[in-house]
Amino acid sequence: MSEEKNIIQPAEQASKFVNPLYAKREVTGPDGIKFIVDPLRDYFSDQRPQIYEPNSIPVIEKFLNWARAESLWVLGFGTGCGSIEIAPLLTPRFDAFRYGVMPRPTPRQSNVFIISGYLSIKTLKRVVRSYEQMPNPKYVLALGSCTINGGMYYDSYNTINRLDHYIPVDAYVAGCMPRPEALLAGFNKLKELIKDGKAENANEYAKNFDWYKANQKKIIKDWNMPDYNW
Amino acid sequence: MKNLINKLSKVYELSDVVYQRPNFTYATTTKENTISLITQLRDLEGFSHFVLLSCVDWIEDNLFQLTYILNNPTQKYDIAIRCMIDRNEAAMTSAHYLWEQIATYQRELKEMYGIEFPGSPRLNENFILEGWDNIPPMRRDFDTKKYSEETFFPRERPSSNDPATYMKSRLHPDEWDGKIAE
Amino acid sequence: MSLFHIESDRSKYPQPGDDGKLVVDLDSHKYVKLWQGPNHPGVTGNMAIELTLAGDEIVQAKTHVGYLHRGFEKLIERRLFLQGMQTSIRMCVAEPDTNEYVYCQCVEELSGIEIPEMAKWIRTLVLEMSRLQSFLRVVPGQGGTTGLGIGVQWGMYMRELILDRFEELTGGRIYHMYFTPGGVRGLLPQGFKKRMEENLKEIDDFIIRIDDLMYSNAVFKKRTVDVAVINPSWVDKYGIVGPVARSAGFNRDVRKDYPYLIYDQLDFEPKVMNHSDIYNRSRIRWYELQQSVDLIRQIMARMPENGDFKAPTPNVLHWEIPKGEAYVRAESSRGEYGLYMVTDGSTKPRRVNLRGPSYTQAVCLLEDMLVGANIADVHSIMVSLQTCPPEIER
Repeated sequence: MSEEKNIIQPAEQASKFVNPLYAKREVTGPDGIKFIVDPLRDYFSDQRPQIYEPNSIPVIEKFLNWARAESLWVLGFGTGCGSIEIAPLLTPRFDAFRYGVMPRPTPRQSNVFIISGYLSIKTLKRVVRSYEQMPNPKYVLALGSCTINGGMYYDSYNTINRLDHYIPVDAYVAGCMPRPEALLAGFNKLKELIKDGKAENANEYAKNFDWYKANQKKIIKDWNMPDYNW
Repeated sequence: MKNLINKLSKVYELSDVVYQRPNFTYATTTKENTISLITQLRDLEGFSHFVLLSCVDWIEDNLFQLTYILNNPTQKYDIAIRCMIDRNEAAMTSAHYLWEQIATYQRELKEMYGIEFPGSPRLNENFILEGWDNIPPMRRDFDTKKYSEETFFPRERPSSNDPATYMKSRLHPDEWDGKIAE
Repeated sequence: MSLFHIESDRSKYPQPGDDGKLVVDLDSHKYVKLWQGPNHPGVTGNMAIELTLAGDEIVQAKTHVGYLHRGFEKLIERRLFLQGMQTSIRMCVAEPDTNEYVYCQCVEELSGIEIPEMAKWIRTLVLEMSRLQSFLRVVPGQGGTTGLGIGVQWGMYMRELILDRFEELTGGRIYHMYFTPGGVRGLLPQGFKKRMEENLKEIDDFIIRIDDLMYSNAVFKKRTVDVAVINPSWVDKYGIVGPVARSAGFNRDVRKDYPYLIYDQLDFEPKVMNHSDIYNRSRIRWYELQQSVDLIRQIMARMPENGDFKAPTPNVLHWEIPKGEAYVRAESSRGEYGLYMVTDGSTKPRRVNLRGPSYTQAVCLLEDMLVGANIADVHSIMVSLQTCPPEIER
């Protein structure tokens, strides 16, 4: 008897647990106008990124690429366990300042994004926002096997498997977790790519913007903002 | 420790008492008695440190087991109180007024198992997940591998072969039935 | 109260309501909402605090976690007991060996395996080294929150020395997987004790230098003394453990109260203080840094030279553990660290639940402590509680 009672259709069973926070609600804006907000609709990211056109004179573009490669400013956003090796990287033993690598507190001032390991869905939303806020030219360095194929979290319900479906990746550094030496090698590889003019993945993101957005929207469902943001 | 269990079992229904270690005991009580039992343990028996509130999903029996682990820091005892609740209409009396952190545990259990704790503060706010619209993930009937394969983009993995059948196919192709087990 | 103290006008600040909590009306446009984290240099790890400010004073705080949620407890339910090792240790990156120990100890207790004497000594050594490297990160880190960056640079270098020894012993810098159900994976390498002793000498020197640098620094004292005081009555109410509880006058140390491995054979006394502000919480960690160095020396002097280091275990592919449940605790650098494991007679655990100190300290305690604090002190308070988000959400 109890077994028969147990059989509920999956959709029905899931709808039993839907959070009341995700119902549509009425919000009063600062000018007093009331409007309906759907928390599961994407209100951000309507602005399309611009494609960066390289300078028409190759010598100048080459000089610019050299300058970019020699000042890699890293966004200080520790997204996963790999961020514990960022501190040794920037302290005297490994001293990444030698290579022009320097941490910055805000995405508006940085041009390298280190994705340090696995990304949960909640962090991916912040990563996409931070990535879109970074000015061109921008590069992504992905650490660990988790960003390549999910690593040991391949069957987790909350971590992504392949990072390159959500934001473009310029270089991967393998290992769990990568040693600071491996990170330095990754930075040098990235420098070579930039100097050769091959690290143009930010343009790929702008060209294939719809594909990336569709992938992101497939898993990021909650675009909710608190009422005071309106 | 045995004295305490004997004393408590005069008032409350205690069953399945397990003396795991000299200073650690497990006991099961009914759903109605649980909160008054842990209140008595806290106020009268000196179990002032709350360690853990956890939930175990016994899907075969259609039950959730809630475990409250309490610690007596002066006498250095631990006691774990278990109680079984129905899995279909999962609900439990809230104990958020006893210790501050219980509200956090109850928020987590609401999100991860779908257990209701009426009256617990901020129960419906997101704690860990964001935008989750499926069965609560820690329930046993939620298949995380299937969900992961459907939702994310799994990279193709190199196929692995069973060594016995693979060697058979190479060494004795005439006896081989044409299949390689993975 | 100084001579120039002027009683400020508090009429613009929110007043307490009936339940004692401040009433904050966001529509009055008197307050500012500010998110500290997840992308912010002033948070410890990937977490966020939603602050409501009146001027630069915090009137409401909410902790948001879940940015590092990987569903470990679900994943371990799908792994064999040996596979659970590599999953469980990644639950907290700052100090993974404590995870290894509690997981192995749960499996051993439930399956009735007794580990050999030599394995107990090596495990204790690794656990103390792990506490030491964690303290080397957090003690100077407290100075870093007030702008004293030089200590962080020194401390990171000293931590590297310990990580080198870890690498020599186990093969890994951060994740070691050196413990295994039944014992450890090997004995100490040749000459390990000598090289360790050389490193400990350098750390001794560092401990004295950091004392001069931080604890007698006027700016550091101004920023930390009598800031974010924890009332002793909160300790049980909020479930505070470890150095934070000891600085509030509670002599609670898992190593003394529930001795595990060979801690009952070592000579040490937990340091207890009576006034828990940021300065004393940091100071108590400084004492424990010394204590850790002393304990490592004791262990290395007393441990046997050779011996059996692994008890026989069943075939790991068909290892079934009978039905039962166990809660095992250990003292990490942050305090009591426990693992609750339930088995059902199959080859996989039924349920694993981790209890980290930050679960209570970074959510309900931090939310209540931040009310009335200054926005500039948020990072100091978080580091003084040693909040570690991965153990909250797992």
